[in-house]
Amino acid sequence: MKISDFPRSLENEAIYIFRETLAQFERPVLLFSGGKDSITLVHLMLRAFHPLVPPIPLLHIDTGHNFPEALRFRDELVEKYQLTLHVRKVEDTIREKGLQEETGKYASRNALQAVTLLDAIEEFKFDACIGGARRDEEKARAKERIFSVRNDFGEWDSRRQRPEVFDILNGRIHPGENVRVFPISNWTELDVWNYIREEGIALPSLYFAHEREVFYRDGLIWPVSDFIRLSQDESPERKVVRFRTVGDMTCTAAVDSQAATIDLVMEEIAAAEISERGARIDDKRSEAAMELRKQNGYF
Amino acid sequence: MDILRIATSGSVDDGKSTLIGRLLYETGQVPTDRMQQIEESSKRRGLSFTDLSLLTDGLISEREQGITIDVAHIYFHTPARKYIIADTPGHEEYTRNMVTGASQSEVAITLIDARYGMLEQTRRHLHIAHLLKMSNLIVAINKMDLVGYERSAFEAIKSEVESYVNQLGASFTLHFIPMSALHGEGVTAFKDGLSWYQGAPLLDILESIKPRNIINAEGQTNFQVQQVLRPRGGDDPDFRGYAGSLRTGSIRVGDEIQVLSTGKSSTVVGVHKWGTELNASGPDQALTVLLADDIDLRRGDALIAKENDLATSRRMTASICWMDEQPMTSRKKYIYQQGSFSTKIMVDQIQGTVNLKNGELKSNHQVLLNEIAKATFKSASAIPAIEYQEGNSTGAFALIDEQSLNTVAVGFAERFA
Repeated sequence: MKISDFPRSLENEAIYIFRETLAQFERPVLLFSGGKDSITLVHLMLRAFHPLVPPIPLLHIDTGHNFPEALRFRDELVEKYQLTLHVRKVEDTIREKGLQEETGKYASRNALQAVTLLDAIEEFKFDACIGGARRDEEKARAKERIFSVRNDFGEWDSRRQRPEVFDILNGRIHPGENVRVFPISNWTELDVWNYIREEGIALPSLYFAHEREVFYRDGLIWPVSDFIRLSQDESPERKVVRFRTVGDMTCTAAVDSQAATIDLVMEEIAAAEISERGARIDDKRSEAAMELRKQNGYF
Repeated sequence: MDILRIATSGSVDDGKSTLIGRLLYETGQVPTDRMQQIEESSKRRGLSFTDLSLLTDGLISEREQGITIDVAHIYFHTPARKYIIADTPGHEEYTRNMVTGASQSEVAITLIDARYGMLEQTRRHLHIAHLLKMSNLIVAINKMDLVGYERSAFEAIKSEVESYVNQLGASFTLHFIPMSALHGEGVTAFKDGLSWYQGAPLLDILESIKPRNIINAEGQTNFQVQQVLRPRGGDDPDFRGYAGSLRTGSIRVGDEIQVLSTGKSSTVVGVHKWGTELNASGPDQALTVLLADDIDLRRGDALIAKENDLATSRRMTASICWMDEQPMTSRKKYIYQQGSFSTKIMVDQIQGTVNLKNGELKSNHQVLLNEIAKATFKSASAIPAIEYQEGNSTGAFALIDEQSLNTVAVGFAERFA
């Protein structure tokens, strides 16, 4: 495969969006998941405000089901660039609010994440939450604006989205509302990888082929962890795999891969027959899983 | 790598989403798991074929009603370039979403159902494409299978569109394609029913269009400031950089510049992209500019070349497309926003709304949702007197309601007094 140049107009667009966000809002925050998209956002933020100390803090909603590699990487990144990091734990929300955790084979803390996020927005009075969602990921995300207004319940009303004309971003909101900002809306998965390659951006080792303990469930390769109980007919095995997206250990499946370098990963993606979120167990719940979660405040 | 941004529009049910699904499918961009999903959905809905429109119609209410409500952005690429499609709604009620998608695109594909010919909605879309000064307009006359692939049906609609476009005085390059998106005719090839057609299919036309950023990199220097960067402490406490976007033209160290709003001048002593010095040229380059003097410069200010005689004005005539349920009325005040520049503005006089049948203005005291109108405005602060032109969005603006804070209109500056 011939790897083409990264379209730099996408970088200009993203930086323009970052600068509009800092100029239009009082308390912006960058929602940091530890995945490659939010790592790319950090890189873009550093560029947008160079030589300032990064003026926007990171917020990590910690489900407690993280890959240890992703947490280590997060802390090193924060240290290296003098970033401000806030962590809010789903575990604490569950305890404080007496919430019910999902049970059973497919239990995940995905839905509860939105509750912790909304609480954190209220606690810190964040008025703009910058996220790494891309329109090519999923059909409900394909309809997002760059500045997406959420009401005081954190809800997304897809029928009443503001018109967004040319590159004019209207971030004016009423008290209690907040805006989700998506600087890399127009990037595809391949664009993100291409940018990471050209810029030499470091990523957690999870994204590259490595040997780990996994098991098969519903045709997907799941990582073995303390958070998932195997049923009797499931057995762990060691396999060389990598992850295309990095979410919780309970909802991110691995792919069979030998791609240990970024060029090999890109070749593999370009040739791949399964779409990026195909390995996200959380989207498989129903055809409209993502839209329903967005309406409830999920990013 | 180039990006070509396309907007698709049409009336309800004339097959836009099917066309895009077909384009993705035929260029080999549909992953196996997505294809399986829509095959299963099609079966559940009792269809005898795989409904390719399901690749794009995402929202629950859209699938319930079988129509597109909001703009969906779809990405595909060919070996030549990357494409971004804004799939916009056909329903009149959602015209604002169509304008949203089209304003970010330079090529429009308008679909017409071969059985019905031009509808009012088609005329509205042609008019909006004209207002937006899109570079190319592709008219896909779809559902040719339902008129027996008759050449005469195609020709009749083609001449109807041509005469309407002539009447508008539109500047876009016009293309026509007979098509049956459902049967894959006219998208990448003309196979059975349309083998009589000698012209190019859609994908070939798209591949032949030169993206605007290649054509329009020149022009007068216009750097719009988004914010002033001043570090608190750090290695260089005296650093003062202007972060913004070079809309058009070029900028380099040593250039003599002036602030458009005040006429204050200075010399450029730094042009940075995150610390790297460069000679920059537009369009829309994110830069940080350093000046020799500590002049008064604010968010929204434009830096232009010292010898440039660009004026500012508080009186403007503009065409607008109204996008709010509350009508626009004379004397009402709104917020005007162009890029990072905002000011208050008042509607001075509504000159009229556009009669879509013949493109003429009819006098009116208010402008309703989805109407196109011409009006004069008076602004609180002076506005750069830049008329809207193809490939330069500096003359385009948004109007924002002071109470609801919603974006209620998009406007195109035509004249300054």
